[in-house]
Amino acid sequence: MRVAAMGAPTEQGWFGRFGGRFVPEPIVPACLELAAAFADAWADPAFRVEFDEVLRQYTGRPSPVTECRRLSADLGVRVLVKREDLNHTGSHKINNVVGQALLARRMGKRRFLAETGAGQHGVAAATAAALFGLDCVVFMGEVDMARQRLNVGRMELLGAEVRPVTSGSRTLKDALNDALREWVATVEDTYYCLGTVAGPHPYPLMVREFQRVIGDEAHAQCQAIDATPTHVVACVGGGSNAAGIFAGFADTDAALIGVEAAGGASVSEGRPGVVHGSRSLLLQDDAGQVVEAYSISAGLDYPGIGPEHAHLAEIGRATYPTVTDAEVITAVRVLSRSEGLIPALESAHAFAYVLREAGREIPPGSTVLVNMSGRGDKDMDQILERVDGAR
Amino acid sequence: MNLRSRGRKLLVPYVTAGVSDNWLDHVHAAVDAGADAVEIGIPFSDPVIDGPVIQAASVRALERGTTPSTVARDLARYRGDVPLIAMTYYNLAHNLGLAEFADLLVSAGIAGTILPDLPIEESAPWERAAADAGLAAVLLAAPTTPDDRLAEICRRSRGFVYGMGLLGVTGERPDLATSARTMARRITAVTDLPALIGVGVSKPEHAATLATDADGVIVGTPVVRRILESDDADQVATLVAQFRTALDTAAPPTRAFAAAG
Ligand SMILES: Cc1ncc(COP(=O)(O)O)c(C=O)c1O
Repeated sequence: MRVAAMGAPTEQGWFGRFGGRFVPEPIVPACLELAAAFADAWADPAFRVEFDEVLRQYTGRPSPVTECRRLSADLGVRVLVKREDLNHTGSHKINNVVGQALLARRMGKRRFLAETGAGQHGVAAATAAALFGLDCVVFMGEVDMARQRLNVGRMELLGAEVRPVTSGSRTLKDALNDALREWVATVEDTYYCLGTVAGPHPYPLMVREFQRVIGDEAHAQCQAIDATPTHVVACVGGGSNAAGIFAGFADTDAALIGVEAAGGASVSEGRPGVVHGSRSLLLQDDAGQVVEAYSISAGLDYPGIGPEHAHLAEIGRATYPTVTDAEVITAVRVLSRSEGLIPALESAHAFAYVLREAGREIPPGSTVLVNMSGRGDKDMDQILERVDGAR
Repeated sequence: MNLRSRGRKLLVPYVTAGVSDNWLDHVHAAVDAGADAVEIGIPFSDPVIDGPVIQAASVRALERGTTPSTVARDLARYRGDVPLIAMTYYNLAHNLGLAEFADLLVSAGIAGTILPDLPIEESAPWERAAADAGLAAVLLAAPTTPDDRLAEICRRSRGFVYGMGLLGVTGERPDLATSARTMARRITAVTDLPALIGVGVSKPEHAATLATDADGVIVGTPVVRRILESDDADQVATLVAQFRTALDTAAPPTRAFAAAG
C-alpha cells in the first residue's frame, strides 16, 4: 500500500519527527519572514509565471529525458535519464537558485549569501546574483576549493566573493556553519540562499518546491513516451535533486531510491540529531559530536541529510542505499563509454547503484529513471587521476 | 538560581570546559576575582554562534576528549560559591536524552543552561526537562527580536535573560555596539529578571558603559583568548578583576530584583 508522502510539513516545518527550526535567535525572525514571503510568492500566479519564464528562457528548461539504449540492453532494465546536466551552469542547483533570487528581489534584499560544496550551488548562486544584480558572497571549504578549482574561478569571474572556510572539516559542513554565522551578522540586509533541502524551516520545503520542476517535468515526459518508472534513483548530499525528482513520483507506485556516499551514509549509519537548523539523521559520535563525512565527491561530503528524507526513510516511502568511491568511478567510465554522458561525481552515485543492482534489487524488465543532477566537467581532474585508461 | 542576591552589577565570565588539564583553575580564578556566576562552555563540533576564538577552544577541548560526562566528572572538584551555567548546543542534550542530560548537569552542580540554537518555538521540551531537574533554562533575546516575541522570551526564561549585544558571533570588538544598551533597556522594560548582555562585551570600559542599562555582562572571548594564549590562571584573574572594578566603579544603583530566579 502506498503511503501519502511529500505533502506540506507542519506550520513549524516538521515532516513527521524531522525538521523544525533550530537556529540562533538573531535569525529566527528572518526565517519567519522568509516562510511567510515564500508562502505568499508560491501562491502568487505572477511569481510562478516569472519563475517558469526564467527557467525556460535562461536556464534552458525543460531538460529532456534521455533513453539509454545501450545501457538498457546491457543491464536488462530500461534506463531513462533526466538530464539536469543540461541546465545552464551544469546542474540542478540553478532551479532552486532562480527561485530564491526572485524571492530575494521580491523581499527587497540586495545581498545574496550561499554555502557550497562542489561549487555547483555557488556557481548557480553567483550566476543568479549577476543576472538579478545582487551582491554575492559564497562560503566554501578550503578542501573543496582545492578539488573544485574551476568552480572557484567561475564564481569569481561571475563577480562573487568566495570566502575560504578553514574551520573543522573544511568541506560543506563547515561552509554551512560559516554561512550561518555570516547570516547572523548580516541578517538585516542579506538573503541566505541555502543550496539544499536542509537547514531551518522553510528551507527544506522551499528548496524542494523550487526543485520539484525536475519531477513534475519527468513525470509528464515519461507519460509521453509511455514509460512508467518502477524505480526513481537520485544521489543524495543534502537531498535537493532527489527531493525534486521524488516530488513528481511520490504518489505513484515507483520505488524512490536516494543514493548516499558510503562515507556520508546518514540514513544507514546516522542517528537522529540536531545541527544546521533541523532535526534529522546525522553521523555523530556517542557524545553527540558531528562526525566528518568522507566522499570523493564534494557535493555528497555531508554528515546529514534533509529532514524530509529522514521522514521518507522512516515511513518506508524511500530507501537510502550507499555506493563506494570505486563504484562511482566505474560508473563514470561506463556512462561515458556506453552513452556519451560524463556525469558529475555526485550524479555518478545514482548510476553506480543502478549498475550494481540491475537484475538484483532492480528486477529485470524494470523501468529506471535516473536523475543526472549534473555534468562531470568540474570533476575532470579527479576523474582523470582515478579512471584507469581514461585517455 | 538567584543572581541578584549579591546586590551588585553581575559579572559572568565564560570558560571552555576541557580546554586544558587545569581548566577548572581558570574557573576558580574567575570566581576568586569577583565573578557572580561562571558560564561553563561544553564544547560542540559545530558551534554556529561562536567566532574563531571560542571555535578554536572548542576544537582543542574536543581533541582532548572532552564530553558532557568528562565535564561533569571534572566539576566534582569545583569549590567556588557562585552558580555555574552550562552553555552548549542542543544536540548534546538531544543526544543523551533531555531528562538524562538535565540530571547529568545537576549532578555536576550546574544551576542553569544556555542553548543558543534552541529558539522558543522548539525549546518547550527542554524548558520542562530543566524545570523538572531543578535547572534554570536561560533563554536568549537578540537585537532583531520583535517586542511581542521578546515579552514571551522574558516570560519563559529562568534565572536571567541573555540579551545578545549585537548581531554576530562571539568575538572581541573594538567598540561596544550601540545595540547592546538598547537590548538591555528593552529587556529591563519587560521583566524583573536580570538582563545580562553577552557577545561583543570585550573590554572593561564596555562593561562600565553597559552598567547603566543592564544588570550585568557575560564576558567570553576575552577570557578564552587569554586561556588559549597562556593557560595561566593569573591572566584570567587579572582580566576578571578589571571587569569587576569597572562594573563596581560605574555602578549606578541596582534594580529591585525579582523574588526568585
Ligand atoms: C551535480 C550535483 N549533484 C548533487 C549534489 C548534491 O546536492 P543535493 O543532494 O542537494 O542534490 C551536488 C552538490 O553540490 C551537485 O553539484
